Amino acid sequence: MTSDEWQIVWFTAWVSALSTLVILPFGLALAWALARRDWPGKSIVETFVSLPLVMPPVATGLILLKLFGRRGGIGGFLHDKFNLDVIFTWRAVLLALSVMSLPLLVRAARVAFEEVNPRLEQIARTLGAGDWRVFFTITVPLAARGIVGGMLLAFARALGEFGATIMVAGSIPGKTQTISLAIFQNVQLGDDTHAYRLLGVSVVLAFAAVWCSELFLRRRKK
Amino acid sequence: MNLLLKNISLPLANFTLEVNVEMQKRVTAVFGPSGAGKTSLLDLIAGLRRAQSAFIQLDENVLADTAKNYFVPTRRRGIGYVPQDLALFPHLSVRQNLLYGRNSRVATGPLFSFEHVVEVLEIQPLISRGVTELSGGEKQRVALARALLSSPRLLLLDEPLASLDAPLKEKIIPYLARVRDEFQIPMLCVTHDRFEALALADEIVVLVGGQVLQTGPVLDVFNRPASAEVAKFVGVETLHPGQIESVNEGLATVSVNRTTLTALAPPTASRDVFVCIRGEDVILQHAAAVASSVRNRLSARIVALRTEGALVRVELDAGFPLFALITRPACVELALREGGQVTALIKTPAIHLVPR
Repeated sequence: MTSDEWQIVWFTAWVSALSTLVILPFGLALAWALARRDWPGKSIVETFVSLPLVMPPVATGLILLKLFGRRGGIGGFLHDKFNLDVIFTWRAVLLALSVMSLPLLVRAARVAFEEVNPRLEQIARTLGAGDWRVFFTITVPLAARGIVGGMLLAFARALGEFGATIMVAGSIPGKTQTISLAIFQNVQLGDDTHAYRLLGVSVVLAFAAVWCSELFLRRRKK
Repeated sequence: MNLLLKNISLPLANFTLEVNVEMQKRVTAVFGPSGAGKTSLLDLIAGLRRAQSAFIQLDENVLADTAKNYFVPTRRRGIGYVPQDLALFPHLSVRQNLLYGRNSRVATGPLFSFEHVVEVLEIQPLISRGVTELSGGEKQRVALARALLSSPRLLLLDEPLASLDAPLKEKIIPYLARVRDEFQIPMLCVTHDRFEALALADEIVVLVGGQVLQTGPVLDVFNRPASAEVAKFVGVETLHPGQIESVNEGLATVSVNRTTLTALAPPTASRDVFVCIRGEDVILQHAAAVASSVRNRLSARIVALRTEGALVRVELDAGFPLFALITRPACVELALREGGQVTALIKTPAIHLVPR
């Protein structure tokens, strides 16, 4: 493997991991609110969160491009106030991966929260625990399997993300190019050796992720 | 303890829970059939549910007042709750479960020491186990200890014995009685088992279909049900305090006022008991004695006769008030009349002793 290839693998792995961490607090809060509370507009938010699952990723990417471009609402604001550009930088990769993998985390965590017996949370309250303590000492530990499962799914989704990323981040070698983007580009250019080596790496990464999750689930079951 | 529940109204699936009651004794049993709204009532007191309207006051603290939109959150109420399914935290060890409420800053009630609670409920050998490895009775004790260790000023028990089989029940009752006596903590105990109510409670609230039908001291309610509906649920005709004088080969000799009865000895060591006898288990015959296998032969005076459909309810004075249910033809045949003398026969297994 060449150093360029290592750079691509390394970049893909850490930006995927980072996107999983970035969506974790937000995703858990949202999953909890969906599982445990009734509020106006809940079904709309629910639908919105799941949209990236069913929409063509390229279309999601186009929406993000419009929103975060310099002429877009959010992008313009970030540029003017913080001199921060998103589009065609690593931040755009992070953004695309986060948006695309959020629904997987939220769905898995929501199911996990719903399976926690609310009576346990109520009794924790009678024992003097406040909302945060109940959440972190009862709800999260009991939902841990589902949450970790959701995180691994989100991470795996981020590793393979293509459509949204290419729209908002392009495929700039050494800057925004992830494994999927590089494989596509190498095949386009007829550089099959490169493509196959990266293919091998992605198989290994995917295998490791699934294997880890299986190991984790089996350990928790004991 | 003084727990005041005023203007409580909470719509449930089939009826509205409507309660106006003041509980003043140390142990109160809320007694009623399944689905009477008993658990919902406990949830309201613990603050786990909000009523449509409610005024709840424990001693001098108002816990909820819907008229003023006032509501003390559960964690600040200082009320220990042992729910029917116990709700032990499955991911924590017994020790971690016990200590969960220990560090809460709202220690409102008396502080019980960890060692003392563990000793009274005999939890020491279980302490490093996981809660999933415990038996039903052990879980029950751990849940009780966990609630006590949060130093509550009132303990709510939801059907503490319902999930246990008969032999286990008899093992747990003494633990509950010990908690009551040792820690002097007020308890509100939901039950549909009259023996449980008798063994633990000073005062009873009969709750049927969301309505309180009667309140009062346990003996009063059980001996003088206010209505036929209450009588149907409490369902024991004779109930009187007595003392076990001696136990011999599983048979207990019990003195009730001036009279002595033979009954099966209860498994607990308690000397003071309630003697419970159902009316249909009392056989009447003429005073002239005939030898039979029946151990308890009491000569009694007929105080009153009351016809109840095909049956006659005979109130007797056998040294203590005793009620018999016999058929009307039997009454005619024996020529029973008020003031007359009869012999009442009660088989030993028909006398139920409940520790008090």
